Amino acid sequence: MFARLLYESFRRQKRRKLLAGVAITLGVAVATAMIGVATDVGDKISRELRTYGANLLVTPQEDTIDVEIGGVNLKPPSDGNFLSEADLPKIRGTFWRHNIVGFSPMVPVNTSVDAKPVTLLGTYFSKKIRFGKEETTTGVRTTHPWWKVQGAWPGDDSRDVLVGEHLAGKLGKRTGDAVEMGGQSHHISGILSTGGVEDDQIVAPLAVAQQVLGKPGAVRRIYVSAMTKPEDALARRDPKTMNPELFDRWYCSPYVQSIAFQLQEAIPHSHAEQIRQVAQNEGTVLSRIKGLMLLVTLAALFASALAVSAAMATAIFERRQEVGLMKALGAGKVAVAALFFAESTLLAILGGVAGFFAGSLLAHRIGRSIFDSQITIQPVLFPVILAIAVMVTFAGSAAAIRRAVQFDPVFALRGDA
Amino acid sequence: MSEQQAIPQGVAARRANAAHSSMFLRMLWRAAVLRRGRAASALLAMVVAAAVATAMMNLYVDVQAKLRKEFRLYGANVVVVGNDGASLPPDALGKIEGTLGRRGTAVPFAYLVARTANGQSVVVAGTDFERVQKLNRWWSVSAWPTAPQTALVGKRALPVVSPDGKAFDLSFQGHTIQLTPAGTLQTGAAEDSRVYLPMSEFLAWSGVRPSTVEIAANGSQEDVNAVIQQLTTALPAADVRAVRQIIEGEARVLGKTRATLYAAAVLIILTAALCVLATLTGWVFDRRRDFAIMKALGASERMISGFFAAEAVALGAVGAVLGFVIGIGIAAWIGRVNFNAPVVPRLSVLPFVMAGSMAVALLSAMVPMSLLRRIQPAVILKGE
Repeated sequence: MFARLLYESFRRQKRRKLLAGVAITLGVAVATAMIGVATDVGDKISRELRTYGANLLVTPQEDTIDVEIGGVNLKPPSDGNFLSEADLPKIRGTFWRHNIVGFSPMVPVNTSVDAKPVTLLGTYFSKKIRFGKEETTTGVRTTHPWWKVQGAWPGDDSRDVLVGEHLAGKLGKRTGDAVEMGGQSHHISGILSTGGVEDDQIVAPLAVAQQVLGKPGAVRRIYVSAMTKPEDALARRDPKTMNPELFDRWYCSPYVQSIAFQLQEAIPHSHAEQIRQVAQNEGTVLSRIKGLMLLVTLAALFASALAVSAAMATAIFERRQEVGLMKALGAGKVAVAALFFAESTLLAILGGVAGFFAGSLLAHRIGRSIFDSQITIQPVLFPVILAIAVMVTFAGSAAAIRRAVQFDPVFALRGDA
Repeated sequence: MSEQQAIPQGVAARRANAAHSSMFLRMLWRAAVLRRGRAASALLAMVVAAAVATAMMNLYVDVQAKLRKEFRLYGANVVVVGNDGASLPPDALGKIEGTLGRRGTAVPFAYLVARTANGQSVVVAGTDFERVQKLNRWWSVSAWPTAPQTALVGKRALPVVSPDGKAFDLSFQGHTIQLTPAGTLQTGAAEDSRVYLPMSEFLAWSGVRPSTVEIAANGSQEDVNAVIQQLTTALPAADVRAVRQIIEGEARVLGKTRATLYAAAVLIILTAALCVLATLTGWVFDRRRDFAIMKALGASERMISGFFAAEAVALGAVGAVLGFVIGIGIAAWIGRVNFNAPVVPRLSVLPFVMAGSMAVALLSAMVPMSLLRRIQPAVILKGE
């Protein structure tokens, strides 16, 4: 009898059930999408923050100080120590390699063009690096996304160069011309604009700069762009003072300090340090945005819970007469309440399942259109969301059900309640 | 409607004397008072929806300004340098500050290469420490120099100029200055290899004028571009550059955050509107007996529609105003919790919330009305 009542209730009141079901579906969909976005937004924004460029700098361990003003090096070029280019792929072997978005080795060389002193900067543009079986592409196009080239980027194996826009103006060079450096002629494949000191420099593939310098395989510094976790008290501690357990926790967290530590381990005779301008502010901005999305998600959950319970309350309130009839025929309060709760649960499960998938789709869409990458909803969320949907539906119906079972059947049937 | 039978004498007398034109208003008022419970729940839904909508809109408008402030922690987004590395004209800083006004911070820097006592080269910079503290918050400084003849020494420069932390000599073109390291500076970039002096001491020692002014200009990308335009016209002898690294990073992250917030706001406002729709539809549908009685007493369809519409609009308006106040509170709270600064209440949001609330309320009144219109009053009154 109970099952039949339930079945008939769904069969005969399609419109009302549909309305309540739609409300639950929508509420759950919004909640799912927002939870998905909120859990993933930190990662996504972290990736976007990489547009600020490298947050780690690797230099030789026994480094002499730079004598550099406005990007012009005032020291003899062969002075100081160098890192080895052959060690670079080892960066891909560090613990947090998947957090390392890219790296660019740099070799600045003082040279002259048309008898004028000019800084030549050797680097990777978009170089394929092989470590073990993995092949990745890295270079300034990843680590310095604000560099713009009019013309074409030179190939990393070519002898072509880029000329900074200020320098090009001074030298009177244009794309397609040639520059004379170190006794060799180089084709200018494009004009570089960075808004920084590189505007007054010539940028060439690493091998070209090494040749002009006369030190094959030498690298002066490496800029590393890594996704990091905002700094906290543990991050700032000195790893030497930690006990092994704490050290493991520190080592296995993607703090900028622990990534620097691992880079030092990977590259012999190196010293890695955070570039504070980028690394420090990243944490602040990231935690602000994450906090904002968390609060907004709370608002979304609240709004959808309210929508679901409002729809349920209305749906039950509309059925006073039915309750009156049931009670007049001798149904107890428990029987009536059980019927309503069973209906609500069924609706919540149906709406929850539909809403979860709609919400996953929605989150996926948001990820695609805003961040150009996937937002995946963890399958673990499914039972959680379903449980929340059932609970919210219950809570929303509870007050209405309580009132419904307390109606005097006589008034309810007269339509006077 | 049992309450109506127990109207006290005073009220009956007052009603008899009241003008007939107030009937419409009285019906509106009594409908709200007599069915307090149902009206209150409809109003509650309205208020919550309006509050959530207000908070989201307010946040969406204001978050840009809030985040921009955070992004200014990245430091200068505009740099003025003398042409070909030459010093800027003496009045340059004054002109820049005049152009900038309160729209940002400008910090002058002067550079030279000095020699230490044992003949090593080191870059010495003169600047305004008070302003640098404001501009470059990421500088990790152990102690800022305050006394005369003290300097801020970069972490990598320290072993070169003063390995034992004692006073050291620097010479430039025959002039020698003795300095004591007050504190060390760590940034992870070129600053670590430099020695920083207060501008006045630097100038008195070397006579080298500032060649670079770093500027953190506040505001949107258009504002920053305007500042660059104005500076270019004001300083023909200098090169004004936008720091693309900072500007483009900011634009990108801000754009993504706003887009996400926009998507969230749309979803939340839609859900809130749905909640109102569900509640209000039920509320109006529930009062089909009032509708039937009015019709049976000879009210025209138009009059009844007008009555229900007016009721919905009144509910929407009251809900919008109450919700607006609460929503401002929520937005301010989020601002305080997340940004340590309250979100400024924006009155410009109110018309949107008001119009939206009224439209949703009207819509949710019209749907059941069109259903009820087809039914004979007698059928409703019979309770079927």
